[in-house]
Amino acid sequence: MEDSTSQKQEEENQETGETGGTWLEMTAASSQDPEPKSSEQVESEQGPETGPQTRSSLPWSPQSRASTPMDDLTASGASPAPAPPQELCSSPPPLDLARRDLATPWPLDKTTTVILEAGTPHSDHLEQAPDKEESPPHQTSQLEGKGFQQSQQPNPHLHGPGHVSYKKSKQKELRFDIFWEEDSSSNYDLDQAEPEVSDAAPSMLEIAVQNAKAYLLKTSSKSGLNLYDHLSNMLTKILDERPENAVEIIENISQDVKMAHFCKKLDTLQNENEMLPTYEIAEKQKALFLQGNLEGADQDLEDEIAENPLPNVMESAFYFEQAGVGLGTDETYRIFLALKQLTDTHPIHRCRFWGKILGLEMNYIVAEVEFREGEDEEEVEEEDVAEEKDNGESEADEEEEHELPKSFYKVPQAVPKEESRTGANKYVYFVCNEPGRPWIKLPSVTPIQIVIARKIKKFFTGRLDAPVISYPPFPGNETNYLRAQIARISAGTHVSPLGFYQFGEEEGEEEEEVESGRQSFEENPDFEGIPVTDLVESLSNWVHHVQHILPQGRCNWFNPIQKNEEEEEEEEEEKGEEPDY
Amino acid sequence: MDSESLLLSLELASGSGQGLSPDRRASLLTSLMLVKRDYRYDRVLFWGRVLGLVADYYIAQGLSEDQLAPRKTLYSLNCMEWSLLPPATEEMLLQTSVVSGRFLGDPSHEYEHTELQKVNDGDKVFEEEVVIQIKEETRLVSIIDQIDKAVAIIPRGALFKTPFGTTHVNRTFEGLSLSEAKKLSSYFHFKEAVELKNKTLLEKADLDPSLDFMDSLEHDIPKGSWSIQMERSNALVVLRSLLWPGLTFYHAPCTKNYGYIYVGTGEKNIDLPFML
Repeated sequence: MEDSTSQKQEEENQETGETGGTWLEMTAASSQDPEPKSSEQVESEQGPETGPQTRSSLPWSPQSRASTPMDDLTASGASPAPAPPQELCSSPPPLDLARRDLATPWPLDKTTTVILEAGTPHSDHLEQAPDKEESPPHQTSQLEGKGFQQSQQPNPHLHGPGHVSYKKSKQKELRFDIFWEEDSSSNYDLDQAEPEVSDAAPSMLEIAVQNAKAYLLKTSSKSGLNLYDHLSNMLTKILDERPENAVEIIENISQDVKMAHFCKKLDTLQNENEMLPTYEIAEKQKALFLQGNLEGADQDLEDEIAENPLPNVMESAFYFEQAGVGLGTDETYRIFLALKQLTDTHPIHRCRFWGKILGLEMNYIVAEVEFREGEDEEEVEEEDVAEEKDNGESEADEEEEHELPKSFYKVPQAVPKEESRTGANKYVYFVCNEPGRPWIKLPSVTPIQIVIARKIKKFFTGRLDAPVISYPPFPGNETNYLRAQIARISAGTHVSPLGFYQFGEEEGEEEEEVESGRQSFEENPDFEGIPVTDLVESLSNWVHHVQHILPQGRCNWFNPIQKNEEEEEEEEEEKGEEPDY
Repeated sequence: MDSESLLLSLELASGSGQGLSPDRRASLLTSLMLVKRDYRYDRVLFWGRVLGLVADYYIAQGLSEDQLAPRKTLYSLNCMEWSLLPPATEEMLLQTSVVSGRFLGDPSHEYEHTELQKVNDGDKVFEEEVVIQIKEETRLVSIIDQIDKAVAIIPRGALFKTPFGTTHVNRTFEGLSLSEAKKLSSYFHFKEAVELKNKTLLEKADLDPSLDFMDSLEHDIPKGSWSIQMERSNALVVLRSLLWPGLTFYHAPCTKNYGYIYVGTGEKNIDLPFML
């Protein structure tokens, strides 16, 4: 194609002689601004001026002189000339480009004004000619329909529709007739204006296309990309993915294509693996599943030997799901596996999935556990030691301050906490933030913690060591608060159908002691179940099986005033009433 | 949550212990489709469930072509027969603000509220006890409206504004990235912007007008009224409203799955500042 165009050009040059040169320059001038914006500006500025001029030029044209062409060549060709060569050979940064594009209209304007001043109607013809020629290149260079429409509209509108080509050819004939009488060399072709223009158009079109493509291929100094590749990538993406209504999402597609460039560069030196938290937890949870499989073989043996302490979480989850409560199926199964892990690693007699407490940052999964005989007594001892320390400190204080008057206020005697396996500390609770993470044993609860926990209302953060800031100062951190809330919830909401549990016979004998007598129970072997309708219809078929927590914070009454035996007796009377509440 | 992907959504949102029983799910799947057909909605959302003492209200919402247009709210007690609720008005909000406590589960139940009103009788001004009757249906409407305005949220980019001013579902939305999903700023209130108009030009400079046309969550008052968590080993981000406990929003990062559901008693947590 290039060859043919160049040939054509040469032919043209030969044919048109000097004018060919002007044509070329004109095309250069016209193609200097392939950017739609600038060209629009140029046209919009030129259009109104050229329009009336052409009309006025028609009657004036016969009076034109031969000296004007030279002026035209210098005026229209030379003044914009300095700008385009620079643009074409050197690729200036976008900002400069923009400036230059903005600047180019001005010289053109000047030319027109200069020409006006000179009062040479011929110049208007020449001015108009490039204007006319501009529209065909724009059809190709401007890919967007809008720009094309805008560029094409002004001309026919101003020059009058339909007559344009006719006028043009007329004008040219007129002009050339007058103009080329002196030269009389090769206006033979030019008399036939129409074929001449059509011959010349493809060549200029080609050049314009080349220029436009060159412009599009210009690499951006910022990102190193060029628009040509970007557009082709976009079109490829659209054609590959075939979205519906692609017009509406073209911006997003463009954005996606651009963002795809910002993918991580492959470094030859080091190939570091991204350690997302997702993978860490998946790895931990894998251990859960693997363990399940490995232990599966041993499980059969164990089943024969002893009862499985593991609860049937899945079964109860099924019934809960029927009621519209509960966690997702897969999470339930993970919890089940985590409970299995817990029972495998601790000497656990019985285990139960207590529930899940939602926190701000993380949640707690709580397991209720009863240890076998070998419960860990170490911690109990440690706590005793700590208490002794406290006592020692208080004694030392007394010695120092014996001269000064002491404060009469005595700290009200702390209610001791209940022994493990009794009262509120009957069960041990383990928590973990997510199945697969290690289980953490909660400490036993003290009465004061329960009492204060009743007065405050706090969100759990999900970190066990977080402080609990509240008005009645809470003794302990979130671990203790969590434990206190578990104790309160258990005492209030753990229910069973009437008759499912019964008091053990051994305890029955000891029932003289009211305090300790009623704290243990066992399953009733003769329990035959209660019809569902009865359970639904009346609440009287549901009973609590967890001990009530007294306002004191304990399940069993502790008498804080033990100095006077008389008072103690009085207390006993009161105490008899207490459990009824 | 979208009625079309109800099962997946329920599964994803179940981490908070809020679920639906299998029979409810099945009936919802059927009836919401019929609702969509009968009422000519563009989209039907299963909004959630307001727990009552005797029965629960199941709530669904119908969206028109413009996603931010006022939504139609329907309720049902058995998940099959749906009735349209009237739009909430300011008057209703004012009227029902005196009622507290839990819902009963009977839409025609009337709460009685006694109020002292000054009555001008000639020269004398005396106070008279006036008993105002408030229907539970009205209260339900106003609570749903309050919750919707306060805590209905969607991820950034899930909707986009067209040049014509309407808001549509963004079909190219491919989910938030993992780092974005952990930030409150990438979630928007699912309502017309209120705060956005008060922003300075400087703050608006970085906003994308086709995406950032709603209020972001990060300026909610009080600060910390959202709990944002990663669940299912970081494959799911869950936002829980602390102001309206029971509202759970879930989004699986890098997928189109997102939605919110409210399962709760319809009571606002006015103790929030004490609990943080």
